[in-house]
Amino acid sequence: MTIPLTYIARNLWTRRLTTLLTAGGLALVVFVFATVLMLDAGLKKTLVSTGEHENVVVIRKGAATEVQSAIDHNQASIMAMHPSVAIGADGRQLASKETVVLISLVKRGSNKPSNVVIRGVSPTALGLRPQVKLVAGRMFKAGSAEIIVGSSVAKGFSGTQIGEHLRFAQRDWTVVGTFDAGGSGFDSEIWGDVDQLMQAFRRTSYSSMVLRLAQTKLFERFKEDIDVDPRLADEAKREQAFYSDQSKALSTFINILGFTLSMIFSIAAMIGAMITMYASVANRVAEIGTLRALGFKRVNVLAAFLVEALLLGLVGGVAGLGCAALMQFATFSTTNFQTFADLSFRFILTPAIVVKTLAFSIAMGLIGGFLPAMRAARMNIVDALRAR
Amino acid sequence: MYLLKLIARNALRHKLRTILTVIGLTVAVLAYGLLHTVVDAWYAGAAAASNARLVTRNAISLVFPLPLSYENRIRGVDGVTGVARSNWFGGIYREPKNFFAQFAVSNNYLDLYPELVLPAQQRSDYLRDRKGCLVGRQLASQFGFKVGDVIPIKGTIYPGTWEFVVRGILDGRDETTITRQLLFHWEYLNETLRKTMPRQVDQVGVYVLGISNLDDAAAISRSVDSVFKNSLAETLTETEQAFQLGFVAMSDQIIAAIGVVSYVVIVIIMAVMANAMAMSARERTVEYATLKALGFGPTFLALLVFGESIAICAIGGSLGMLATPPAANLFKQATGGVFPVFNVSVETIALQAACAFAVAVAAAIVPALQAARVRIVEGLRAIG
Repeated sequence: MTIPLTYIARNLWTRRLTTLLTAGGLALVVFVFATVLMLDAGLKKTLVSTGEHENVVVIRKGAATEVQSAIDHNQASIMAMHPSVAIGADGRQLASKETVVLISLVKRGSNKPSNVVIRGVSPTALGLRPQVKLVAGRMFKAGSAEIIVGSSVAKGFSGTQIGEHLRFAQRDWTVVGTFDAGGSGFDSEIWGDVDQLMQAFRRTSYSSMVLRLAQTKLFERFKEDIDVDPRLADEAKREQAFYSDQSKALSTFINILGFTLSMIFSIAAMIGAMITMYASVANRVAEIGTLRALGFKRVNVLAAFLVEALLLGLVGGVAGLGCAALMQFATFSTTNFQTFADLSFRFILTPAIVVKTLAFSIAMGLIGGFLPAMRAARMNIVDALRAR
Repeated sequence: MYLLKLIARNALRHKLRTILTVIGLTVAVLAYGLLHTVVDAWYAGAAAASNARLVTRNAISLVFPLPLSYENRIRGVDGVTGVARSNWFGGIYREPKNFFAQFAVSNNYLDLYPELVLPAQQRSDYLRDRKGCLVGRQLASQFGFKVGDVIPIKGTIYPGTWEFVVRGILDGRDETTITRQLLFHWEYLNETLRKTMPRQVDQVGVYVLGISNLDDAAAISRSVDSVFKNSLAETLTETEQAFQLGFVAMSDQIIAAIGVVSYVVIVIIMAVMANAMAMSARERTVEYATLKALGFGPTFLALLVFGESIAICAIGGSLGMLATPPAANLFKQATGGVFPVFNVSVETIALQAACAFAVAVAAAIVPALQAARVRIVEGLRAIG
């Protein structure tokens, strides 16, 4: 026969203040743990959704990012003419020759400068990236000093509203539209006409090229042809792989930092749980003796205290997770160490994170409650009954 | 006197609980100290940067270079005593994770950096070898570089694999100096590019300017920038410190998050400590009533609770503070030189002490009030 759950739960309720404080400590740890996971999930989602599966990004061999890369006109044309490249409705190759540079803009609010990617694109660029949609204003006109800004840039940087002007490269650029890229990395970019931007920045070569393959399996062949062609010194990567590579350093950093913190904090919280459970056992020596005398076994007592610790952990876990869920309304923006450009992303709560977090909180409760529960289970009936 | 004795006895009554609380406090204070040191380390580059140097870069962003022809025009600005060239090389040594900074610098660069100490012999060796390079002491000890070694570096901005011969090891003047960089000849970079990428020739990443008078820094910056106003490459000149702070500001949300989290751990331990004190006080209701019946006032009882809380926090806090410097050292080694300067500052230790004290006081307030307000009759009747 087992000790009923209501009895266990009531024990927690009777000592509300203690339960609250302990669960509060656990909740804070859980909160930190969950937000780190959510941040990493948000970063991954942002960069994975930046890439389309059929798309290929080409950059110069050895370059790690688009900013470092350079592809001259000849090379770009050779690659665009490759037979694997899909043909659009207008009979042209679906390829966008792009130039990517960083400009320093002032953040709204803090007034601190941060680097923003400005991407010169070909007219086909929007077709290659179906997730990018204009939400306000209009598309820039080819051959004019007009730009459109991503939604995160419009929110985060000053001078980026429609109708405002940004001055760089000896020219005033008019913001004519805002686009939404569905939470992908493009939301942190500014787009303009590639020819205009190259002129303004005195660039003679493109930074990168994005191509749509006619069929996804043609990638291997395309990559091989590029590798062996002596006229080219470039490297092709699937767009999704390209963008997730770019976030590796940041993602690793967030993970290591988050897990180290969660581990250290969980020690403090587990000690809190342990103190609470020891006190719970010490206060109820006579009660435990009575339970044993009534016929409950040592295992039952052990289980009862373990379940109590588990409930304590669960209360903390649910509270922490609840607070963490609110973080979904916040965005986080920081400089990606690899591309050196500002990237903003959201906290995303996935079912896997919910499970992991609850498991973590229950584990903390159990580990904290194990030794006290052992003490309760090992009590001698007669001694326990004699206690006050 | 007996107050102290009573406090000590009370603290040791539940040995296990006290030990657990002390461990918890130690961990929390230690974690707080480490996090604070991480934030400090982030700013170390800016802290080590000098106000006596200016950095001139392209106004659009760092990605764009400046023409070599600017050098002499900058030198002509009043108050500028020296101009050195510096190009970020951004290469990879074996694997991307072995990240360290490489700069192609002009020969007078070291004159502007008196904090980088180099023996005269090594300096002349370096100047004589076109492919020579200088490595900082921290970098040399991390990868075991010795004078005469050849370091292959794969360029990401400048294609190809470049080989540099170590001709000298740069020492820092004191421990705040960052010596985790590799310097090589700007001319070597430029001459090689002349053959491989003629378009990139004669371009300078940033100019480092020495100035005669610190107070004129702002005026000199303005006059340098005004020289190149409305030119193809407009410049932005700021002190080296401001330049470095610009980098730090780019990840300010991460730093802010670490800052917030370092206080979260203090709040966690506050909850744990408050819980322990509340439990102790509840168990001792009868005693408090007895003490009151014997004629002790509420102040005495409150002091009793506060004293115990402060005693426990003092022990836990001191242990945490003592453990911080060795732990910081371990952390520095474990992270493999990501933070070239990782010193626990006096300020950090003082903040740790303040936090421990705050935890002690906050945890004791409610139990102390309860103890002080205990009604003798009800207290004597209470069951623990």
